Amino acid sequence: MSALPGTGRRRFVTIGFRVCTYLALVLIMGPVIWLMAGIIGRAVPHFSWSVLTHPTAGETGGLENAIIGTLLLMLGVLVLAGGIGILAGLHLAEFANPRKSGKESGHLLRTASDVLSGFPSIVLGYVGYVALVVGLHWNFSLLAAWIILSIMVIPYIAKSTETALRQVPTTYREGAEALGMPSGYALRKVTLKTALPGIVTGLLIALAIAGGETAPLIYTAGAFADSPVSVSLTHHPVPYLTYLVYGFYNLPSSASHYLAFDAGLILVVLVLLLLVAARLIVNRTQHYAEGRR
Amino acid sequence: MMAQVMRRARSARRITAGFRTVEGALWQGAARIAVLLPLAALVFAVTILVIKARPAIVVNGWGFLTRSRWDVGQSYATTVNHIHGVAVPVGASYGAGSIIAGTLESSAIAVIIALPISIGAAFALTERMPRWLSQPLGFFIELLAGVPSVLFGLWGILTLGPFLATHIYPAIANNMPDVPVLDFFRQPTGSGEGLLTTGLVLALMIVPIITATTRDLFSQVPPLPKEGGEALGMTDWEVARRVTLPWVRSGIIGATVLGLGRAIGETIAVAMVSGALLASVAPNAYGTFGTLAAAIVTQLDSASTDGTGFAVSTLAELGLILAVISVGVNLLARVVIRRSSRLGGPVGRAA
Repeated sequence: MSALPGTGRRRFVTIGFRVCTYLALVLIMGPVIWLMAGIIGRAVPHFSWSVLTHPTAGETGGLENAIIGTLLLMLGVLVLAGGIGILAGLHLAEFANPRKSGKESGHLLRTASDVLSGFPSIVLGYVGYVALVVGLHWNFSLLAAWIILSIMVIPYIAKSTETALRQVPTTYREGAEALGMPSGYALRKVTLKTALPGIVTGLLIALAIAGGETAPLIYTAGAFADSPVSVSLTHHPVPYLTYLVYGFYNLPSSASHYLAFDAGLILVVLVLLLLVAARLIVNRTQHYAEGRR
Repeated sequence: MMAQVMRRARSARRITAGFRTVEGALWQGAARIAVLLPLAALVFAVTILVIKARPAIVVNGWGFLTRSRWDVGQSYATTVNHIHGVAVPVGASYGAGSIIAGTLESSAIAVIIALPISIGAAFALTERMPRWLSQPLGFFIELLAGVPSVLFGLWGILTLGPFLATHIYPAIANNMPDVPVLDFFRQPTGSGEGLLTTGLVLALMIVPIITATTRDLFSQVPPLPKEGGEALGMTDWEVARRVTLPWVRSGIIGATVLGLGRAIGETIAVAMVSGALLASVAPNAYGTFGTLAAAIVTQLDSASTDGTGFAVSTLAELGLILAVISVGVNLLARVVIRRSSRLGGPVGRAA
């Protein structure tokens, strides 16, 4: 700590500043811990492992179908948005090349991606409802949910992939070229491999975002807590955890409240796992990276 | 031999990717298609919105932005009005004035509360905190960004709302000085659902965005001006105020506007904590109100009962307004952030 100034007013202000900053930190931590304690505290007393193995039936039962539904949604997002997002980020980092065309290339595409990331999720849900559920007669369906969730999440994955690829040192690429590697081979074996931790981190965070969404899913995957999971892509609504929290918390029966809190608990655990995994990857790669602080 | 070397050097000079193999061509082709998809999705979404909203825009007119009504009309009547060629149920009348106001009010409150707290927390995390503490705390705040918004809504309505309504709000309402302007706070305090509670919940949701960005910005401030200030005898606060903050000012503005964009588009938490009204503005700090996003999520289901499709069309118009506001705010933020990362700070060049 630096020495405090001697005179009264400056001393007071300095101490006041430090106190205020730590107070701000407490003002953030406090409610977060309160929130977590509230969810966990309400869920744990009535939690039993059968919640994980029985599907929801009416207002009671378990959460098995909702858990599988959420995981199924995340899987689709991983494949669809992950694939497209990584390729899009690849283009923005490698192929939209200012060196080649002499100006800031890919500007329109990057702006479009930025605009899409600012698009409100409920409006995307509306578009999905009107165009896919009703318009294409898919009804509440897995495919509609996958498409809308992917649209939401692709800009984020593209940006994190682009960032990860830009951090690959140019010397790696030049070395690969100097060794005579064909460009596709170099891309696969050198560039992508080096950027992989960053890409995976972006994917994990995107999955956490997608798993926690409610608004766009209500009108694409449906709002039915007790629908069974089915692998048909259309004409079958998908149960998911976040709707359970939203729909069940103010039903009259206390069994439904317990289900809502249990769903909240499982959501928190899922998100925690994904984000902790992402942070571990970042830490591990920074440990071995050159130029670490 | 020399010619061979020259030829290889020439092709080696093409560092940028060309496709000399099928694999390279596949990667480039697939990437090119993939990067067009967000643009296509955006165009698709806007097109659908405009097509769906057109009947409502034609009928509702400009007054839609200022009126406050939500009347679905007689959905079961046998006759239908036709205004400007659009089929409208008898008695249907819509106005989004109150929910637009509610959106802006709640987001403004959220930003006003979140901004000083985020900057303070960013200072706490970057100035003189040991790494073993600042890393976990920083990660904790990033975790906050991943919490699903339903859980914020749940906490707001089950825990925070009642707590505020029984302990904090009465204290505020009873102790506010009797000045007309502050009448906003001297009202019956309700059950915890309302404008101030929503603003607080939204503030907690956007704090991680602003804090994380501000932390990054602070770590990019070169240490030389800060150490120079300290060498001159400036205190921590004076260094923060005269060196660090001016350096990152536009970046913080950009981050704040990003947070504002998130607050504007937030749907579920607001729907749960605000009461999701459709046609009233919050009469005081504790009153229930509605926002654009909450209106869409709560009304889309029942809008389908309108046989003419006019209610669904009006919701499309709401969606269009929300999208325009949200995207506008977001683009503004990115312009500000991009500009700030190019300019240097005002405190002179690092030596």
